[in-house]
Amino acid sequence: MASTTVVDFPSNFIKALGNPQLRRNLRAAMDTLGLRRRTLFADPAFFAQLRARGDAIRQRSLRKLPQLLEQLERKCTENGIQVHWAETTTEASQICLDLIQRHNATRVIKGKSMVSEEMHLNHVLEEHGIEALETDLGEYIIQLDHETPSHIIVPAIHKNRDQIAHLFHEKIPDTPYTEVVEELNAIARKVLREKFFAGEVGVSGANFAVAETGTLCLVENEGNGRMCTTAPPVHIVVMGLEKVVERLEDVPPLLRLLTGSATGQLITTYFNMITSPRKPGEKDGPREVHLVLLDNGRSKILADPQLRETLKCIRCGACLNHCPVYTRLGGHAYGYVYPGPIGSILTPQIEGLDHAGAMASASSLCGACEEVCPVKIPITHILRRLRNESYNKVDSPNAVKGHGYKSNLAESLTWKGWAMSNAAPWANALNAKMLAMLGSQLTKLTKVELVKNWSQGRTLPRFAPKSLHVLAKEKGIPHE
Amino acid sequence: MSTRPEKVYFFGTCLIDLCYPQAGMAGIDLLQQQGIEVVFPQKQSCCGQPAYNAGFPEETKKVARQQLKAFPKDYPIVVPSGSCGGMLKHHYPRLFADEPEAAEAQRFAGRVYELTEFLVTVLDVKLEDRGPPIKATWHSSCSALREMGVIEHSKSLIRQLQNVELIELQRERECCGFGGTFSVKQPDLSSAMVADKAADIEQTGASVVLSGDCGCLLNIGGALEYRQIPIPARHIADFILERTHG
Amino acid sequence: MSEVGEVSHARDHILTRLRAAVAQVGESAPEAGALPPLDFDRAERVARLKRLMEAMHAEIVVTDSTGWVAALKNVLRQRTLNGLLYAPETPLGATLAAAWEDDLPPLVGYTQEVEQCKEQLFAIDAGITSTKGGIAEVGALILWPDAHEPRLMSLAPAVHIAVLDADRIHNSLAEAMAQERWAEGMPTNALLISGPSKTADIELVLTFGVHGPKELIVLILDDQPAPSAPS
Repeated sequence: MASTTVVDFPSNFIKALGNPQLRRNLRAAMDTLGLRRRTLFADPAFFAQLRARGDAIRQRSLRKLPQLLEQLERKCTENGIQVHWAETTTEASQICLDLIQRHNATRVIKGKSMVSEEMHLNHVLEEHGIEALETDLGEYIIQLDHETPSHIIVPAIHKNRDQIAHLFHEKIPDTPYTEVVEELNAIARKVLREKFFAGEVGVSGANFAVAETGTLCLVENEGNGRMCTTAPPVHIVVMGLEKVVERLEDVPPLLRLLTGSATGQLITTYFNMITSPRKPGEKDGPREVHLVLLDNGRSKILADPQLRETLKCIRCGACLNHCPVYTRLGGHAYGYVYPGPIGSILTPQIEGLDHAGAMASASSLCGACEEVCPVKIPITHILRRLRNESYNKVDSPNAVKGHGYKSNLAESLTWKGWAMSNAAPWANALNAKMLAMLGSQLTKLTKVELVKNWSQGRTLPRFAPKSLHVLAKEKGIPHE
Repeated sequence: MSTRPEKVYFFGTCLIDLCYPQAGMAGIDLLQQQGIEVVFPQKQSCCGQPAYNAGFPEETKKVARQQLKAFPKDYPIVVPSGSCGGMLKHHYPRLFADEPEAAEAQRFAGRVYELTEFLVTVLDVKLEDRGPPIKATWHSSCSALREMGVIEHSKSLIRQLQNVELIELQRERECCGFGGTFSVKQPDLSSAMVADKAADIEQTGASVVLSGDCGCLLNIGGALEYRQIPIPARHIADFILERTHG
Repeated sequence: MSEVGEVSHARDHILTRLRAAVAQVGESAPEAGALPPLDFDRAERVARLKRLMEAMHAEIVVTDSTGWVAALKNVLRQRTLNGLLYAPETPLGATLAAAWEDDLPPLVGYTQEVEQCKEQLFAIDAGITSTKGGIAEVGALILWPDAHEPRLMSLAPAVHIAVLDADRIHNSLAEAMAQERWAEGMPTNALLISGPSKTADIELVLTFGVHGPKELIVLILDDQPAPSAPS
């Protein structure tokens, strides 16, 4: 969903919350992923040490980002990988399209890539008569159903086997109905193997790019990533420019954090490190490898010392798996490519608060995301910052796009009044006066709204006849 | 273990002030029973967290400055809430980092204890249960769990009560959906979360649910009552006082 | 390169913004140090790799440098395979060619470029490769495919057989990279492989053999086997 569409968050949320099948699918899956992660990182001291290392590596990478990107470009070019830079997703898609068209290719096979989702690359390619086939099983499933990923690691997690069985039966010719997961896998294997064989261009993302050696790293379990990056004559890598790390030795801790946080794996089936196209004498591998570096707002985010922490993200999805909100909504309700806690801090910064600012309010700030984040992104602090800039026009070049879009709301006045009452010593015999005060500054409608919203599944709070201030005074508690 | 002070400040919190004053009085009582003189500054109000979380740091600072002023001496500040405690201890220094009050906020933060943390780590309280056998369950507030890290202290106090069987929730670490203004700004999400929490509480078979945070209690208690599940949601201080008084 | 003018335009804009951005933020605190190196003994390295890879459904056969061909034949005779893709120009390939027997799946050399033999590559049931080493910490093989042993050998056939020298099992990936100085010259493609291809994309149900090999069989050549512990 591009920034031009208006996302109706409240109705999305109500729809998702009212879908018992979705709720069950998500709950079961997120519980499993959480358990696997806990089992893998059972030793808190080891995890603390590892994530401190991961955090430090990502911080250093961002601090040196411009020179690392130049070094990456230099090394890649030396190795024969062609590097392209794109300021916007439109530019990035255009670069891919040009490369594909230059090879007269119409069959593109894709490995899982969230950046390609961010670019809406499939859509762009299809508009030009190019088949862009997703080959990760989860991505393949949702592509068949014309959906987008609902999770950044397990994109079809919102569907259960019955739904997938129906989908395969209906959409893949000559496919008998089966709910046996192994059989569903076998069906996909058969279809996709032919596609791997025939693919003319492979497109993938990258989990890390190593500036020191010009190496592009891909983490996967299925082998489709290796297929897309090995079998076709041309391989295009699309990558957010923040994914670069300085040295090869930075990779092992990040890899360990990524697979452990994402799915509780010590390592994935494949860790694929690509440093050049096919060299003379080599018998396979693409003859051309292209790296497309996408900015799309990242360079602006980098300028702010707090917001830049967003860019440390290694896209493990642990914050989604542990989020009580994501667990109840799934990814689609968020309306943008990146859902969950990381999506709620990243998307408003890229798309603008005026478009996606509401994502920042879809959090109880419980902190479960921060607790598991492998690179210590201060997600709740950034959420507060985004909430703040939603209400306040900020006089700074680092202000988030669309800041102050809620500046005229009655809520700002309410908090001003609240601050006045709570900051004044005379207002301390609060008791029910506090509520009266709140009420006096809210419009009647807002008050009704508050009561109505609270009363959704809850009885109203009852106010004590005497406040603690009064009781303490009466009981003679010294107040000095 | 920290040295045992003669006097402490009690930060009552605005929710206790309004809705659960008996929990506040219970906290004061438990401290006094240990021979501690409790000072309750009448000029205290709210820690500022509601505005802070809503995205109003300037308004928060106005209120926070009032708290800095209301607790001037170097006594420990005991707070019967992980959430307000977390605000005072972890967010004040951040809030005032670039303000003239930076050092003051740091010192203030260094004096803050959550109530059960103080009872266990500073006072090393020994409780004698005088109540009848009962099953209780426990809800960890997110701030008590993740900001203050005091859940084990709270639960250790419950475990000291020999007639109380503590039955843990299936999802003890999951947010109840209160989140301050989140509960009214995202009513659908919040009520979905608390509905699950209520069901989790009900399946324990406990006859009371305890927590150290009145925001959660307001939310959970309201949800249980709405569903006519006869399990009261009580503040741990209130419960401990009742059990030990007999 | 395509649209050179336009591309360099984006590059300059981006780099200018990035340089301005990093200039705004000062140096941060000193970095958290590297994790303490792992130190398994030789037998532990073999045992750990075996245990972890078996947990990922790899079949591990511990043999030695004299018995491995017999062990391989045994593995092959338990299966019905239409052929074994191999690399004739490697020492491993030469050993196989010299020892091959008629009742075994025929050896098929990967001798042409993929464009000439893609159909065969996708049709053959099994492939055998050497490995550069292993990683005990996480249970994985290290492969550096090259001109003689191309990349698809370990990917296209449904059964991948890998030969691993127990002496080359490292404690960790970090150790392998450092000891072998990977940073000084990375190959076209370096791989870690921890088992047969798998997915959990449907209800998180783990199933093996999606796009890559359905079976991974590792022959560990261990000439100093640990004395078996009394049970």
